Amino acid sequence: MSKIPLQFRHNGREVAIFVDGGTNLLVALRELIGDMTPKFGCGQGGCGACSVLIDGALHLSCLTLAETVAGRSVETLDGIKQGPQLHPLQRAFMENFAAQCGYCTPGMLMAAKALLDRNPQPSRAEVVEAISGNICRCTGYEPIINAVLAAASGGRASA
Amino acid sequence: MLELRKDIFADERDDNLKEIGKGTQRQDMLGHVTGTSTYFDDHKLQGMLHMKVLRSQHAHARLRRIDTAEAERSQGVRRIIRGADVPRNLNTLLSLINFGKDDEPSLAVDKVRYKGEPIVAIVADSPREAHEAMAKVRVDYEPLPAVFDVEDALKPGAPVVNEVYPKNTFIYHDVYDHQKLRFGDADRALAGADHVLEQRYQMSPIEHAPTETNGSIAAPDTNGRYVVYTSTQALFFSLDTSAKILDVPSNTFHFVGGTVGGGFGGKVDTLTEPLCILGAMLTGRPVRYVLGREEEMQFGSPRGAERIYLKDGVMRDGRIIARKVRAYFDSGAYTRLSSYAVVKCVAHLPGPYTIPNVHGDVYCVFTNRTPATAMRGFGVTAMDFAIECQMDKLAHLVGMDPMEFRILNAYRDGDMKAHRREAKNCALIECVQVAAEKSKWTLREEFRRMSSRKDGGGGRAAIPATPGETRPRPTAPAQQRTAYDRSLAAPLNEPPREPPPPPPSPPQPAAPSHGATRFSSVFGTRRR
Amino acid sequence: MPVIVKSFTNAGEAAAALSSEREARYLGGGTLVMRALNEGDISISTIVRATDAAMTRIDATGSRVTIGASVTFARILAERDLAFLHAPARSIGGPAVRNMGTVGGNLFAPIPYGDFTVALLALDATVAIQGSFGGRDMPLDEFLQARERQGGALVLSVSFPRIAGESFRYRKVARIQPKGGSVITLAAHLPVSSGRIAGARVALGSMAPVPTRARAVERALEGRALDAATIAAAAAAATEGTSPGDNALASAWYRREIVGVHLRRLLSGQE
Ligand SMILES: Cc1cc2nc3c(=O)[nH]c(=O)nc-3n(C[C@H](O)[C@H](O)[C@H](O)COP(=O)(O)OP(=O)(O)OC[C@H]3O[C@@H](n4cnc5c(N)ncnc54)[C@H](O)[C@@H]3O)c2cc1C
Ligand code: FES
Ligand code: FES
Repeated sequence: MSKIPLQFRHNGREVAIFVDGGTNLLVALRELIGDMTPKFGCGQGGCGACSVLIDGALHLSCLTLAETVAGRSVETLDGIKQGPQLHPLQRAFMENFAAQCGYCTPGMLMAAKALLDRNPQPSRAEVVEAISGNICRCTGYEPIINAVLAAASGGRASA
Repeated sequence: MLELRKDIFADERDDNLKEIGKGTQRQDMLGHVTGTSTYFDDHKLQGMLHMKVLRSQHAHARLRRIDTAEAERSQGVRRIIRGADVPRNLNTLLSLINFGKDDEPSLAVDKVRYKGEPIVAIVADSPREAHEAMAKVRVDYEPLPAVFDVEDALKPGAPVVNEVYPKNTFIYHDVYDHQKLRFGDADRALAGADHVLEQRYQMSPIEHAPTETNGSIAAPDTNGRYVVYTSTQALFFSLDTSAKILDVPSNTFHFVGGTVGGGFGGKVDTLTEPLCILGAMLTGRPVRYVLGREEEMQFGSPRGAERIYLKDGVMRDGRIIARKVRAYFDSGAYTRLSSYAVVKCVAHLPGPYTIPNVHGDVYCVFTNRTPATAMRGFGVTAMDFAIECQMDKLAHLVGMDPMEFRILNAYRDGDMKAHRREAKNCALIECVQVAAEKSKWTLREEFRRMSSRKDGGGGRAAIPATPGETRPRPTAPAQQRTAYDRSLAAPLNEPPREPPPPPPSPPQPAAPSHGATRFSSVFGTRRR
Repeated sequence: MPVIVKSFTNAGEAAAALSSEREARYLGGGTLVMRALNEGDISISTIVRATDAAMTRIDATGSRVTIGASVTFARILAERDLAFLHAPARSIGGPAVRNMGTVGGNLFAPIPYGDFTVALLALDATVAIQGSFGGRDMPLDEFLQARERQGGALVLSVSFPRIAGESFRYRKVARIQPKGGSVITLAAHLPVSSGRIAGARVALGSMAPVPTRARAVERALEGRALDAATIAAAAAAATEGTSPGDNALASAWYRREIVGVHLRRLLSGQE
């Protein structure tokens, strides 16, 4: 049999699965682990709906060969809540009407988190750059950019 | 930021409202930001199979032979579906309201009419195995001359795209090869105009490119029915279309939808459900059929391309006295919703302007391009683009400010529209005034004082003599008034009007006033 | 049949595996290989990976700069010594693509991609290849001309002479900002000695099937001061020897029309 064992950290929890050769991380997360938060929008790297963090860095799960995350840490939208509390980015997206159909939202939030984790007070241009690999076809980018900026300044205010 | 201009028409509105005018949270927002909103593809079903579809590589070709023997034997293949397996392999979307002839197969049988047209569907254990089997299907094409240009398609001797419509145009009411609008005598008016401007406008097809591609998952349910998770924007429309194609009663299906990853009109065509359900019926297993991004771009229907010719007559003082429109909607290889787009377009002519002589001819044309469909105001948007470009040019021609030019020609309450309906609740003048103010564009005082509520009606309410009319037209429109009309909402400012004169004997039998019939009033008589 | 994945910690073994099988494909960052798999490219039946640390090394200390094939654009952007390469690295994809895509993979990226390679070409880079017959170095120019026939060889690294950062210029023309496929890409290395350009190298992307040197432009620049007349002469020669194609981003005609304009801007230091 050609199944390959694969073990990694998924939102802080050790998981072990068997994948077919060539399986991408998006399929592994959705179909084998059952984490439906990363979305399929293209399978080509073009939309960013499948964005996840691997060891804290933004990656496209559809273009990541599943085996390459062995022993590493994968974080998806499902892991960013703090207990029952929404992450400041999630709250800011809600308050700023930063989603319509919501399909890009998981990827947008992960791209935004990758930015804020490393740069808690980004400029507008840095926010634009950070979400430049994520396509939103409904909302328009203004509310999304505003939400990320609001989350950043909100974080500062409460810190 | 959003700004509501409640000062305009304030007397026509009850502002004591709880929701309107206030920001309200979307009910699905929490699901969106937590990634828990459930889209069709978020269902993981035991033993799910995957469907991939072999598509035409040619824009127009005869299918001499389709050989699936080797593909049948390919590893992981559960079922290969061909046109002959589809119970009713010919459909047109609007047949659900008895409009148009069935013209489109689910899987091509003898001919392909656009690049990307489905030929064979493969159900396999994994997407990879479906792709491997697909490579083993042999299709023997005999390429045919193709036509991609709407006007070429109408020329004598043009390749026949779709044999159901041998003239390459949709046929309305079994007779008419286009939709007409006649109001006054445009040719005579053009002859007397100070300036005449004729221009050609061409729009490209536009892909909706929703972030979630079209797709569905169908599975045998516990009660002998099939549950179908779908990306559709039109749940019951897709359900009935699937029931028709699969020739089963519609209660065979339990469609689950609602959360759509972007649609914009591109998810009303029932592109995936019938084959997906058929796969589940033929294998007895859950089947998933999701378009890849390239498929979505090539095969997913776009907003249709339109070619529009406008010929306008304008007087030196800025009044438009005639507008002649000839337009061709590129429906692609099949009708889908383009026939309706044309009707909408003609109903929208000549744009929001009072023009006493209007002449429109709009065609729904078949070409060897991907079939077009609905997209945000389809039928109207492209025509508006052309009309508004034209308005700028006309303003330039007569040396008028383009905003003032629009205000001058805009509908006012009480004006007669080209469809012989009275214009009501007009607001274009106010919109232009606010746009000018916002963009710091100076309007002359006279134009700042103009209002949709002033100077309409009277001579502007007249229906001009229209050559070729067989029946004399009534002087007043026979139409209902509703409580939303401006004239009733402002009783203090205006004495109550006379009730409208009784309608002359209607040309068609009186129809009940539910939604379906109003829809049909657009199309004319219905069979049934 | 599922894809077979073969991983090696040693580049030599990976190279051997790669050259032993026609259907094997090396996986760098995977941004193009995984995309092909996702689209149903069944010609890829075996994937070869190498996790050799040597391939992720950056050596920017000596007179030659060496960048391992597995180095990502995000790593380049984090490297202060490679500041002159930040513009080309930043012009690629969005942040996720930069975290994943590698310098080695970029050498193989078809139009509209291959921006970093255009920069490397202007830097007179050499490619270190591990093939079935052992290792060898090859000028990038030559490598690209024979790229279709490089299947089976593993790129270990690229290297180029260390340069003074200000002599290097880069410009990518894209329809979508800040991310988008290249309409055309331009890079120039213009070392100046006593007021005159000596050793001009200009490279163009999307003006031929692979990134190419603009030799006519180089000749127009060589030995001259970078003044208006020189720039005009260089811009006039921009299309010489090019063979651009049509794609969804631009037509060949459009590329020919604009390449001189953008070369002029590049040379005169305009934004
Ligand atoms: C959304 C998106 C945007 C992009 N934008 C850009 C852009 O703006 N500019 C740009 O230049 N590119 C762009 N790319 C293309 C691509 O990401 C880059 O060119 C990247 O450098 C490719 O590297 P990789 O390691 O991901 O390649 P891979 O996908 O791993 O490999 C690509 C090809 O190179 C071969 N290969 C890789 N490494 C080696 C090696 N060491 N030895 C031998 N063969 C090897 C592989 O076998 C394969 O054939 C984009 C891609 C996506 C998905
Ligand atoms: S699904 Fe991964 S980038 Fe679109
Ligand atoms: S909200 Fe629909 S794609 Fe962004």
